[in-house]
Amino acid sequence: MSTTAVKEPSPPQDFDVRRNDSLGLRLQHLLHGNPTLGPLAVLIVAIIAFSVANQRFFSAPNLSLVLAQVTVIAVLALGQTLIILTAGIDLSVGAVAVFSSILMASFATKLGMPGLLALLLGLVVGTAMGALNGFLVTRIKLPPFIVTLGTLSIFFSLNSVVSGSETIRGSDMPGLLSWTGTTIPIGGFRLTYGSIIMLLLFAVFFYALGSTAWGKHVYATGDDIESARLAGIRTNRVLFSVYTVAGLLYAVGAWILIGRLASASPNVGVDYNLDSITAVVLGGTSLFGGRGGVLGTLIGALIVGVFRNGLQLAGVEVVWQGFAIGLLVLVAVSLDQWIRKVKT
Amino acid sequence: MTTPVLEARGLTKRYGRVTAIESGDLELYPGEILAVIGDNGAGKSSLIKALSGAVVPDSGEIYLDGERVNFRNPMDARAAGIETVYQTLAVAPGLDIADNLFLGREERKPGVLGSVFRMLDKAHMRTEAKRHMNELGVATLQNIGQAVESLSGGQRQAVAVARSAAFGSKVVILDEPTAALGVKEGNRVLQLIRDVRDRGLPVILISHNMPHVFEVADRIHIQRLGRRATVITPQSHSMSEAVAIMTGAAEPPPPVA
Repeated sequence: MSTTAVKEPSPPQDFDVRRNDSLGLRLQHLLHGNPTLGPLAVLIVAIIAFSVANQRFFSAPNLSLVLAQVTVIAVLALGQTLIILTAGIDLSVGAVAVFSSILMASFATKLGMPGLLALLLGLVVGTAMGALNGFLVTRIKLPPFIVTLGTLSIFFSLNSVVSGSETIRGSDMPGLLSWTGTTIPIGGFRLTYGSIIMLLLFAVFFYALGSTAWGKHVYATGDDIESARLAGIRTNRVLFSVYTVAGLLYAVGAWILIGRLASASPNVGVDYNLDSITAVVLGGTSLFGGRGGVLGTLIGALIVGVFRNGLQLAGVEVVWQGFAIGLLVLVAVSLDQWIRKVKT
Repeated sequence: MTTPVLEARGLTKRYGRVTAIESGDLELYPGEILAVIGDNGAGKSSLIKALSGAVVPDSGEIYLDGERVNFRNPMDARAAGIETVYQTLAVAPGLDIADNLFLGREERKPGVLGSVFRMLDKAHMRTEAKRHMNELGVATLQNIGQAVESLSGGQRQAVAVARSAAFGSKVVILDEPTAALGVKEGNRVLQLIRDVRDRGLPVILISHNMPHVFEVADRIHIQRLGRRATVITPQSHSMSEAVAIMTGAAEPPPPVA
C-alpha cells in the first residue's frame, strides 16, 4: 500500500444519488441485486400450482423422479453457465457429453479397461474437448458460437464413428460407470448418487464464483473484456480455463448420464444444447455475460423439470410442454433486458 | 535541478506509414500535475500509451526516477508503480466497489483457506476499499458493496481514480477523466485529482477541456504533430494562446522549466 503522505481528508463530497422510489423501480433494483429471486418465485409458484392441479405431483416418488430427470441437464447447464457468464455460448455441450459417455463405455467394454481407468480417461477426453473450444476461442479468436457450432458437428460425427451407432448396455459395463444411477432412500425419497454429485458440483462452483479471484475474473471478463484486460486480468487465461472446466463438467455429466439411462447411447443428447441454455437463461444468467450465477441455473433446471413433469401429470400433451417452456424463456430474457436497464 | 519522476526521451511510434509520435519527449516532476494537451492526432494518446505500457515504442527511452525502464505491457508499468485510469475506466460494472478496487490484485485469506481454497479476504478488502475512498474524500458512498453500474459517472470516475491512487506508488495517469461528466461532477473529479497530487503522487492529466486543464495543472505540455511543441504554465499563457500553439496558429515559445 502506498499511502505515504498523511493529509487531512478533504470534506466528504456529495456523490450521493437521489432515487425515485416507485414500486416498479424498487422491484427492478431488488431483482438487479438478487437475480435469483425471480426464478425462485417462478419455481415456487409452479410447484404450488402443479400440486393443486394434481395430488400426485407433490409426492416423494414424483419429486425424486423430477430431480433424477433434471440431474444431467443441471450438470451440463453448470458448465454452460460458466461460459455464458463470459459472454460466450457453447453449442457443443450435448456432443461433448454424449461422446464422453460413449468413450467411457467403449473403453470399458471394447478395450476391456477397468471401470476407474475408463472413467478417468473419459473425463480427460471430455476436458480436452472443452480445452479445444477454449483454444479456438482464445488463440484463433473465433466467436464462441462459431467455434462450438463446428466442434458440435465434429464431436457428433466422431461419436457415430466410435460407437458405430450402437447403444452399449449398462449391464455390460463395469459397475462404476453406472453407479451414478444407484439410489439411496431417504424417507420415501430416492436420491441418486448422480444427483448428489450434481449438488456437490453446484456447491463447489457457487463458492468458486463468489469467493475466489478466479470467479471475480470470470464476471469481469464477461462484463467487459477490454476493461478487464486493462485492469490487469489475463482474460485469455480466464476464458481458456472456463471452457476447459466446462468440458470436465460435461464429462461428469456423461458419467451421470450413463447411470440415468443404464446405458451409453449415441443417439441421445440432441436436446441437451438448448435445454442447458434454457436452464441457464431461466435461472437469470444474462446471455450478454457478467450477470447471474450457478444458483439460478440450478433453479432454472428445476423449473424446466417441474414444468415438464407437472404439465404431464396435469394431462397436457407433450407438444404443448415445449410451447410452455419456450414462453418461459422469452419472458425470462425480456425480464433480463428490463433488469439490465437499471441506471441511476 | 530535481530528477523527473518520469521522463521520456525521443520516443517514436509508427503505425505503418503513419507516424504517431516523432521523437516524443516528456518530463514529469515530483508533486506536480502535468497536463498534456494537443489536437486530435497530435500523438498524445500514443505518448501516454507508451508511458503506461499499452504500446511499445519503436525507439526512444523511458526513465522512471532516473532509471531506464522497458514496459512490454500495462502490467509491467503497473508493477513499476505507474497507474493509468483509461477513458473507459476499466471497471467491471457488475462487480461492487470493493471488487473493482482490487480487480486483478485480489487478496486471499491467510492460512489454508487462502492457499488451498483460494478464499478471498472480502472483509479486509472492503475495509481497505472504504479507507481508500475516505482518504480521497469520497465518503458518502454508503455501501462499498454497491455494484459500480449503479453509480453515476462521477462516482465511477472516483472509484477508478481511487484505485489508481491506492496502488500507484510513482505516477498516476488520467486519460480524459472529466470528458463524460457534467459541470458539478467534473469539478469534484478535479478536486480528486488535486487530492491525489497532495498525497504526494504526481499526475499526468490528458484532457481536451481547457478550463479544467488551466484550473488544476501546474505545467501544460503541448503536443503537436507528433512532438512536444512546448511546455507552458497556466500563469505564463492564456487559454487562447495555448489553443493557438496547439493548432499551429502561433509559434511555440521556448519551454518553461
